[in-house]
Amino acid sequence: MHRSLGHGAEARQAPTHPTRFGPLTSPLVEADVDGPIGLLDSAWARPSAGLRRMRQAEVGASAVVILLIAWIATLSQAAALPWSLVGLAAACLLLGLPYVGRKARSWRFLERESDLLVERGVMFRRLSVVPYGRMQTVEVAAGPVEQLFHLATVQLHTASAATDARIPGMAPYEAEQLRERLVQRGEAFAEGL
Amino acid sequence: MTTGNADLSPNAPHLPATRPDVDGTWHHLHPLSPVVQLGRGLPGLVIVLALPILGHRGGGTSGDWSDVALIVLAGAAGLVSWWVTRWRLERGVLRVDTGLVRRRVTQLPLARIQSVDIVRPGTARIFGLAELRVRSGGSHSGDARLAYLSSERAEEVRELLLRLASGSTAVLRPGSAELTLARASSVRLLVAIPLRARTLAPALMVALVAGGDWASRLGSPSARPFTSTLLTALAVAIVLTAIAVFRQYTAQFGYEVSETADGLLLRGGVIGTVTETLSHRRVQALRVVEPCLWRPFGWAQLVADVAGGQRRKDEDRAVSGRQRILVPVAPRGEVLALAARLAGGPLPSGTAPPPAARLKAPLSYPMLRGALADGFAVASIGRLRRLTTVVPLARVQSIRWTQGPVQRRLGLATVHLDAVGRRGSGLTLRDRSSGEANRLFQELPDLCQRALRADQVKQSAGHRGIRPDPPHPPDMLDS
Repeated sequence: MHRSLGHGAEARQAPTHPTRFGPLTSPLVEADVDGPIGLLDSAWARPSAGLRRMRQAEVGASAVVILLIAWIATLSQAAALPWSLVGLAAACLLLGLPYVGRKARSWRFLERESDLLVERGVMFRRLSVVPYGRMQTVEVAAGPVEQLFHLATVQLHTASAATDARIPGMAPYEAEQLRERLVQRGEAFAEGL
Repeated sequence: MTTGNADLSPNAPHLPATRPDVDGTWHHLHPLSPVVQLGRGLPGLVIVLALPILGHRGGGTSGDWSDVALIVLAGAAGLVSWWVTRWRLERGVLRVDTGLVRRRVTQLPLARIQSVDIVRPGTARIFGLAELRVRSGGSHSGDARLAYLSSERAEEVRELLLRLASGSTAVLRPGSAELTLARASSVRLLVAIPLRARTLAPALMVALVAGGDWASRLGSPSARPFTSTLLTALAVAIVLTAIAVFRQYTAQFGYEVSETADGLLLRGGVIGTVTETLSHRRVQALRVVEPCLWRPFGWAQLVADVAGGQRRKDEDRAVSGRQRILVPVAPRGEVLALAARLAGGPLPSGTAPPPAARLKAPLSYPMLRGALADGFAVASIGRLRRLTTVVPLARVQSIRWTQGPVQRRLGLATVHLDAVGRRGSGLTLRDRSSGEANRLFQELPDLCQRALRADQVKQSAGHRGIRPDPPHPPDMLDS
């Protein structure tokens, strides 16, 4: 029932859990043995590799913008290249690229019997559960950058504004399919209740 | 809650008193409505009129005619608005037509009515009028206002609507089977209101600025502690605070909450009075607020988070928005007892997070508590003031587990239960041990679903509300 929506190697190679920032304490890891959640890593679906590419491209673009500003500064003042800005751009690339890569890969979701689980984050980890019966709308949105990378975001809304369940970086077709599935389940639950 | 037996409806004198309005004839609002509307707009009108007068104090009489014209215009507009507004009960629908140029028709299915409230602004009370506000589930576009009806008629229509909405043929008199749960003490209210940061804020701000100003001139030889600027600032601060206190005091004076078959009945106010019914289903969360300066006295406030629309511009603060004060101020024990009664079980005092959390949240650690009870969750947070939130599990919309880098090092995690409404309207079990947080996160989805099902079974069985049993005398009033 659980389909992996990731594409090829990227989805399979994704690290099971980020370990650099401390021990594994996800509720789902510890629930592995006898908890209500079946927690094989393969059960989770992941966004496509395009998400990582998009985030890294964004970081790269911001580094380019910083360098451009530095270059313009040299033009107008006929001064030497401002090394602080160049350093900033370099830091942006050196630290930012791997970090956003890991962050993009940290997204994953699991369609369970009665609710949807979404997990994300490297430094700040978040796990959300949205019961299908509580979903009010499910929307698929794609901003200009996402469209450039042929990606879409599935956003879930409940009656609470605090619900932050969204799944970015999905292929538009798969996003559409997921939306259909979620809406169907939401309706089924609304009828059953 | 006294309702005359005589048929007070002027438009349907031929009908028996029990069912005055089901015939579907059109009704107008009370003829004095435009006067009240004009009265409510009086402050604005006075300002508009006063401006030119102040401007040409020594000048001629050029302003006089336009002033008169303005008043006539405002009066005429009110009259037209009254003339084109009419309402009637159609088959299962309350219909309100209004607007001359842009005709607006509000059709409110009676089955979807969630509450019928009576609001009496000060000007309306002078003429013995009241506004009837009918709320339906969902967005605020589904609300209907009847402003204004005579007080007796408003009571009558309210009862009729509630009776039709509940679908029962039995006469449901809100006044008949009601049980007062809490009543605000006027003396305690007078002490408590100025002791809130919200009221004190303007005074504190001015005092701070003035103090800083004085301190900066300390070095100079001509330093006097009270300059005219400082005195003016202090006077402004005192006036602002006094206004804030007065407004809150008059709104919360005589405030009482009682329990009826429809849910909770809130009443209170001096100048403008409010009568509102709050069905148990609309309560999404209960909050016990203990402001910093109240804690030495052991006082607390009980607030209910309410599902429903956003506040409209023309609505009074008292009956709009997403929060309702249930108890303005009362001893903490009483407030907690009432919260427990509404939640449907004793409130557990909760356990503190592990000591490691003290490193991450040194200030709020003493306040942090959390517990899961039968059918609801309780959590306290806060630094200076304590905020205890009770959320029925049947109302939880989603559950979140979060962990930051510091929390990970300390073996902590936070679990949020999201309730209906804006961000932060739910409950936060902050900095629990990661084991506990994990267990909570695994168990809560099931618990919430079970609670929801139980709630729905109860509902279909005819109970209205989140409590399994009908109203019984409160134990808190015994002691």
